[in-house]
Amino acid sequence: MSIDKIRNFSIIAHIDHGKSTLADRMLEKTYTVAGRDMEEQLLDNMDIERERGITIKARAVRLTYKAEDGEIYVFNLIDTPGHVDFNYEVSRSLAACEGAILVVDATQGIEAQTLANTYLALEHDLAIVPVVNKIDLPSADPERVCGEVENVIGVEAMDSPKISAKLGTNIEAVLEKVVKDIPPPTGDENAPLQALIFDSFYDAYKGVIIYIRVKEGKVKVGDEIRLMATGAEFTVVETGYLDATSFNNVGELKAGEVGFITAAIKDISETRVGDTVTLVDNPCEDALPGYRKVNPMVFSGIYPADGAKYGDLREALEKLQLNDASLSFEPETSIALGFGFRCGFLGLLHMEIIQERIEREYNLDIITTAPSVIYRITLTSGEVVFIDNPSNYPDLALIESAEEPMVRAEILTPSDYVGNIMELCQDRRGVFKDMVYLDDTRVNVRYELPLNEIVYDFFDALKSRTKGYASFDYEMLGYVPSKLVKLDIMLNGDIVDALSFIVHTDNAYARGRKIAEKLKDNIPRQMFEIPIQAAIGGKIIARETVRAMRKDVLAKCYGGDITRKKKLLEKQKEGKKRMRKLGTVDVPQEAFMSVLKLD
Amino acid sequence: MPFCEKKCPYCDFYSVSYCRDTARLYTDAVIRNIKAYRGNAEIDTIYFGGGTPSILPVEFITSILQAVNENYIVNEAEITIEINPKTVNTKKLLQLRKMGVNRVSIGVQSCVDSELEALGRIHNYDEARKTVLSAYKAGFKNISCDLMLGVIGQTVDSLIYSINQLCKLPISHVSAYMLKIEENTEFNKQNIIDSLPCEDLVSDMYLLMVENLEENGFSQYEISNFSKIGFESKHNLKYWECKEYIGIGPSSHSYFNGKRTAVPNSLQDFIELDRQTEIVTEENPGSFEEIAMLQLRLKEGLCLTKFNNKLDSIMNKAIPFEKMGLLTISDNTIALTAKGFLVSNAIIGGLLL
Repeated sequence: MSIDKIRNFSIIAHIDHGKSTLADRMLEKTYTVAGRDMEEQLLDNMDIERERGITIKARAVRLTYKAEDGEIYVFNLIDTPGHVDFNYEVSRSLAACEGAILVVDATQGIEAQTLANTYLALEHDLAIVPVVNKIDLPSADPERVCGEVENVIGVEAMDSPKISAKLGTNIEAVLEKVVKDIPPPTGDENAPLQALIFDSFYDAYKGVIIYIRVKEGKVKVGDEIRLMATGAEFTVVETGYLDATSFNNVGELKAGEVGFITAAIKDISETRVGDTVTLVDNPCEDALPGYRKVNPMVFSGIYPADGAKYGDLREALEKLQLNDASLSFEPETSIALGFGFRCGFLGLLHMEIIQERIEREYNLDIITTAPSVIYRITLTSGEVVFIDNPSNYPDLALIESAEEPMVRAEILTPSDYVGNIMELCQDRRGVFKDMVYLDDTRVNVRYELPLNEIVYDFFDALKSRTKGYASFDYEMLGYVPSKLVKLDIMLNGDIVDALSFIVHTDNAYARGRKIAEKLKDNIPRQMFEIPIQAAIGGKIIARETVRAMRKDVLAKCYGGDITRKKKLLEKQKEGKKRMRKLGTVDVPQEAFMSVLKLD
Repeated sequence: MPFCEKKCPYCDFYSVSYCRDTARLYTDAVIRNIKAYRGNAEIDTIYFGGGTPSILPVEFITSILQAVNENYIVNEAEITIEINPKTVNTKKLLQLRKMGVNRVSIGVQSCVDSELEALGRIHNYDEARKTVLSAYKAGFKNISCDLMLGVIGQTVDSLIYSINQLCKLPISHVSAYMLKIEENTEFNKQNIIDSLPCEDLVSDMYLLMVENLEENGFSQYEISNFSKIGFESKHNLKYWECKEYIGIGPSSHSYFNGKRTAVPNSLQDFIELDRQTEIVTEENPGSFEEIAMLQLRLKEGLCLTKFNNKLDSIMNKAIPFEKMGLLTISDNTIALTAKGFLVSNAIIGGLLL
């Protein structure tokens, strides 16, 4: 295969704009997938991804296409995760491509997520092929959307294919555009091997499977390879490409090609996305640019609802980590919740996905504590400490200064909701940057926001204030000085460590009050009155009371029928499992969860 | 006896409309089952519960009593029948007394007519009062009256009025239940919860009632039961004291031959089958948990002397409750106070779980 017949590209699209459907149609049209092997939305292979319509793990599929010019082309379709939490992974996937198809919904136009990823593609000098999808819908307005693409992104869009991926309309036009508008890769197969790792995952039989784009040189079965960032060395067992249904071990990959390597690798942490693969005996001079180690941004405690399931939780996390090097965890003990783990995530979505997978795939009930970001604290001694757990927040008297991470947020919204969004961002201590009209009705609002203001419930709040029409994306900006305090929650006079969190001084009162109210609603009445207090240092800033239970009795005798009493006792037993005893107070799991959603 | 003239809107016990022919078939089935259980069992209590047993003709009751006497050893038994006002006259009461029935439990419920109406009862207080007096005249010296708490429109004053009225009558026992809206009742369908007296008010009523009844000589011996000395219901005590009993009829429960069993809610099956169907609800009754759960309902409380291995853990759990005035601890016995009875579910759960 000649290198100039190769086309490496990704598809950029907002959730639900039709990325997976388009990929399916392309596979069909290129006869890569026989009809009977078609499984809807082939590229997404985890249930959760499918349900949420997002793609978490990048994958690469090879297609062969006979173009109108009569030549056979090899397409490598590299799937990208659609969400900001996986920004780095997206950037590495794009670095493996020469072009990107930008799918825009003809009824909705460009969304924040699409915009961020398109900018990322432009940064990598990728050729952008705009495609307007969903033209079959009555409200489709392809002309307007093309105009928007030209205005916002600055690429020619008027002659872009207008398709319906759902109905299979005009897919050929997309394939021809790929041939004509995306340049072939460059590279010398005789140079020392230099290949980019853009994804990896763990397979129980083969070990870690690494996805690579060979930039220079070639790699074949039996080669001794070195991963330059980690220094790990392996012998290649298999190498080849993935088509729509299976791995094809063809024994060799050359410059310009995209495919996989297996090398009996046990530990996924040795195969980092962005790392460069080279040969041990003929190494390349420099690693490919752009590698960095991804660090968790958001932390939360995860505890088994049933303390006896601690071992099961550890096992679940270990298994998840096999496939997800960006998930970190270490044992943590809470007075309130017992033994659990402090887990680090790339972002909110990542956190939600992990929590959901633990519950769904491992069938564990878990309690999660409020998410926290990493604060940078300079102590009066001059020492700088990073705090990701409110329990470890230093005493106020020991703090010289405190800093918190900020993000740059882009919110794309119909102009009707600009007021609501500004109000929300203002509430969340946002600093307005600018606002750009994409067309008559759609606006890009830019804010700088503290990360800790968006880790709670920002998505939900944004959704409810914009009827779901706004889209949101963010990137890290760095640390800024901030006035932070640790807010403690006390039940019956005792601090509940799992409910403590770090908050900006200005929001402390409001948040303290809200949490106290939520707890009041979620803690059942008990034999005695339970004061719920929010406190900063020793100072109480909010108080609620769960009144004492007066009446809880089965009065009747029921003619010797004691089954109701037994059932009640059984129910109490079950309930007790879901309760945590904090001092003398029984607190149900729901109470811990309720404080995570305050809006 | 699962027959009623009219279903009360708060009642979730099994019952059907009364029909004499069905009642006859039912009586035959009861007698068949009485014979089927025959053994050397000694019987010292017989209880005709409902439904409305008093709706049945005396001869049906008589034949059932006869069957018991012919098939069991019956010693100075307490024989109770539940009576609803307006379903009996003096003659019927005399006949029942003559047949050996020696205790009546009368569903008075309230002495305020508007409350009776709210409860959907077919009688007014004057009729209830006359029924009590007739029973007394017929020779019943052991009369119990039901009283209900938490009825729509009930106030502290109206409750005190009812208690005072009841205490003027020649009765020796009061069963006082707090109205609870059960699923599958008319009240549940009507969604009347919001119009009921609130939890705090009902709790106050209960405590006040305990005090008032005690002042009138009715000592509390169980969460919902009060009596003059020596007039505790021997039959109901068996339930709480974990003693055996045979229940006959649809929806009845038994603790017999080492098992707890229940009969399904089907009058037709009961009438047609030779023997009533028994569904085991507990293979191994008599566990500590069961005993404790039941005895803690009694004023006398739970004596832990026999349960040495549980003593420490339960006592430790009891101490905080004692400090709250919800129970008393003396020697090895834990006994709930009136305030404790009100939250007995939580205390029992707290001590046993």
